[in-house]
Amino acid sequence: MSYPLKTGLLQDCGKHWALAGIVSASLAACAGPAPTSEPYDPLEDTNRSIHAFNKGLDTVVARPASKAYGAILPQPVKTGVANFASNLELPGNVVNGVLQGDVEGAGKNTLRFIMNSTFGVAGIFDPAREFDLPQEKTDFGETLYVWGVGEGAYLELPVLGPRTTRDAVGDVVDIFTNPVSNVLPTTEGYYATAAGVGSKLGDRDRYSQTIDSVLYDSADSYSQSRLLYLQNRRFDLGQQPAEGEDDFIDPYAE
Amino acid sequence: MTHMTRRAFGVTLAAGAAATLLARPAAALDLASAKALIDRAIGEVNSVINSGKSETAMYRDFERIFAKYADVSAIARSALGPAARTASAAQMSAFTKAYQGYISRKYGRRFREFIGGRIEVVDAKPLKSYFEVISVAHLQGEAPFDLRWHVSNKSGRDLFFNIIIEGVNMLASEREEIGSMLKQQKGDIDALTAALATA
Repeated sequence: MSYPLKTGLLQDCGKHWALAGIVSASLAACAGPAPTSEPYDPLEDTNRSIHAFNKGLDTVVARPASKAYGAILPQPVKTGVANFASNLELPGNVVNGVLQGDVEGAGKNTLRFIMNSTFGVAGIFDPAREFDLPQEKTDFGETLYVWGVGEGAYLELPVLGPRTTRDAVGDVVDIFTNPVSNVLPTTEGYYATAAGVGSKLGDRDRYSQTIDSVLYDSADSYSQSRLLYLQNRRFDLGQQPAEGEDDFIDPYAE
Repeated sequence: MTHMTRRAFGVTLAAGAAATLLARPAAALDLASAKALIDRAIGEVNSVINSGKSETAMYRDFERIFAKYADVSAIARSALGPAARTASAAQMSAFTKAYQGYISRKYGRRFREFIGGRIEVVDAKPLKSYFEVISVAHLQGEAPFDLRWHVSNKSGRDLFFNIIIEGVNMLASEREEIGSMLKQQKGDIDALTAALATA
């Protein structure tokens, strides 16, 4: 019974990883220079239209839904949903950690996953926190960065929001190679998706002040989002800017 | 390390003030004094965050702290960008004043998320012609995050001129924003100043 299931799975994963390999190889060929402080945004017009669409979507769907989510559910439930969703990210984080040669991070995430999936009741609670084992978040976009792939252009994707070309490709690979969605049966898969959506709504509600101020209070929400995304993403990756192109401004030298 | 109780904070502040009064040679900015500046500023921010005052009262406090510890005129000039070079002295002074209120309200609002949390200075290092003081923000139920302060004494006093939150640079973000606002006002600095007063 489990034999065909398992082989099917392996074949499936194998296919996806082959795809990942091809994508990475073709990307690695265009390994780019270190990023500059002036954003590389050749598709700005298209990006701006998508930004307007995303902002509208936030106004009519995400923002009100997150307010309702934040107001209706008690805090322990919201925390449980967020924990459950982040626990399911861990196997993918482990795979990417290994691909980046980050043995320590992959090991910590593995321990965290085992601990929270068992003592934490399928990841609803976070006992690993007590053992100082925070999630070492990573993704295939970071793996590509570690492998020397350049950042590419700035993109704003429908629904998903700001990305770089490298991160957008990383997302696609992460979706198809996610060990969890490859293993979970359909029904459980829906729970995982629902928890992911719930967790996102929780974040939208939690950081509503900051997100609202960027989206609705700034004079040009597109350029503000672009700046925030690029700077924060480069910081997360520990990416070094090109020589003389860092964002550190010396107002006294001007 | 610098998570102070309010009393300890008061003592430090008094000691800091005494030190300022007693020995104030035009010494070059050093690591210790850059760190001490941010320690004091954070001490004040922490006490406002946890004061239980009304939000409007907190904004006023943040504006006061900002004016005291930040080089507002350098930040304002940098945020205005190239337009600052063509502006008259009167225009610059009106702009700086409006900008100070605007930025304190804006960042004051964001500081709301810090209520119940604390900020802790962990390190400081020289960076180019100034110093970078590294602090960590601990917020309730959240992983600690990185908050950096750039401090200079080029104005004649130790003051900070930039804050970097998880890699996001306040001055860069302000330049983008003020640049967009100036464009909306068709390059008219007086109109921008008026718009800032109500923003």
